[in-house]
Amino acid sequence: MRPLTPTLALLAALLLLASPASAGNDWMPPVRDATVQKECGTCHMAFQPGFLPARSWTHLMGSLADHFGEDASLPDDKIAIIRAYLTANAGDVVNQGRAARYMQWVAPGGTPQRITENPDFLRKHHFADSVWKDPKVVTKSNCAACHSGAERGLYK
Amino acid sequence: MIRRLMLAVAVAALPLAVLATDARRDAILADYAAKSRAADPSAPAFSAQRGETLFRTKWTGGDPRTASCTACHTADPRVPGQNAKTGRPIEPVAVSVNPKRFTDPATVEKQFTRDCRSVLGRDCTPFEKGNYITFMAGQ
Ligand code: HEC
Ligand code: HEC
Ligand code: HEC
Repeated sequence: MRPLTPTLALLAALLLLASPASAGNDWMPPVRDATVQKECGTCHMAFQPGFLPARSWTHLMGSLADHFGEDASLPDDKIAIIRAYLTANAGDVVNQGRAARYMQWVAPGGTPQRITENPDFLRKHHFADSVWKDPKVVTKSNCAACHSGAERGLYK
Repeated sequence: MIRRLMLAVAVAALPLAVLATDARRDAILADYAAKSRAADPSAPAFSAQRGETLFRTKWTGGDPRTASCTACHTADPRVPGQNAKTGRPIEPVAVSVNPKRFTDPATVEKQFTRDCRSVLGRDCTPFEKGNYITFMAGQ
């Protein structure tokens, strides 16, 4: 692997510094379902269901043929398994810790499709353009480029 | 005869796991060969060189972010790649460094469908798929 660029190394250091003892409350339960890991973790990491309400996951699973411009279609049996897992563990179902903080910003009945547009996300990710254009980052949704514990739900 | 003997010795020396994955890859290749002949009875045998051309060609029919397979799998199949759309790292695709490549038929088919549409803007033919795997199996 290529070494971290200076800006990213700086961010990594910042992340290490910004870690008080309150980790329990900040933990986001990771994806534990093998089908979700495999099918939703191929193009990007398998995002934790706690970041979006159940309504959002239902909508997302019903529109995989046009998934952020990608065709992420799956057979119906897989869709059913994944939808069941994501909605059962969604932010409004978990409703505590970090999931609850993200849900505070979701309008009643709203179906946001992006984690990266939640105001809780935005206020923690005010970085210079050069950071987002780093070839290791590519896009905001590439959580693991900056959070080495992202897959385990650790964002500190 | 001597070749046969040498093959037998080589095979005996291989760990069982590798044998099993090779057998699965061969089965996938055989399936593509049958489909390729069904589409065109005069189709030649798969060639690594044709596979390499598919891998390196800059196509124009697909997503401009992914004009060629190398956009995500890099120009060297033996090194890790990176998804040009999401930034997610991708394990090497060369079989020599990643022996589990091309061993699960459903995964192989699913990725060919996604990746060929993204790069070429159309599905790859069974002939193209067989050439691609043949190239990667020798890498
Ligand atoms: C074929 C590739 C592919 C597959 C498979 C895929 N996605 Fe995505 N997904 C994308 C792309 C590309 C984006 C947009 C990334 C960006 O703009 O940063 C995306 C974005 C997302 C986002 C929004 C991220 C953000 O910006 O907050 C969510 C949520 C998401 N995907 C969930 C899923 C789920 C659930 C599955 C499994 C059913 C899945 N994805 C499977 C390619 C894929
Ligand atoms: C370019 C690097 C980068 C990317 C990409 C990124 N983050 Fe972050 N993130 C950071 C940094 C740096 C902080 C610390 C900011 C602070 O403390 O003010 C942070 C903070 C956070 C926090 C708050 C942690 C706390 O202190 O409570 C969460 C949650 C988080 N990120 C989630 C995500 C998720 C989910 C994604 C992907 C959808 C993501 N991040 C993508 C760099 C990044
Ligand atoms: C947008 C990025 C991207 C591009 C461009 C791309 N691929 Fe892929 N490819 C992936 C990802 C992601 C995977 C699945 C992750 C993995 O297998 O490590 C994958 C896996 C594969 C697999 C399955 C390998 C296996 O182990 O079974 C095949 C086959 C494949 N790609 C063929 C191609 C071909 C042919 C092209 C060019 C026409 C291409 N890819 C271009 C991202 C890409």
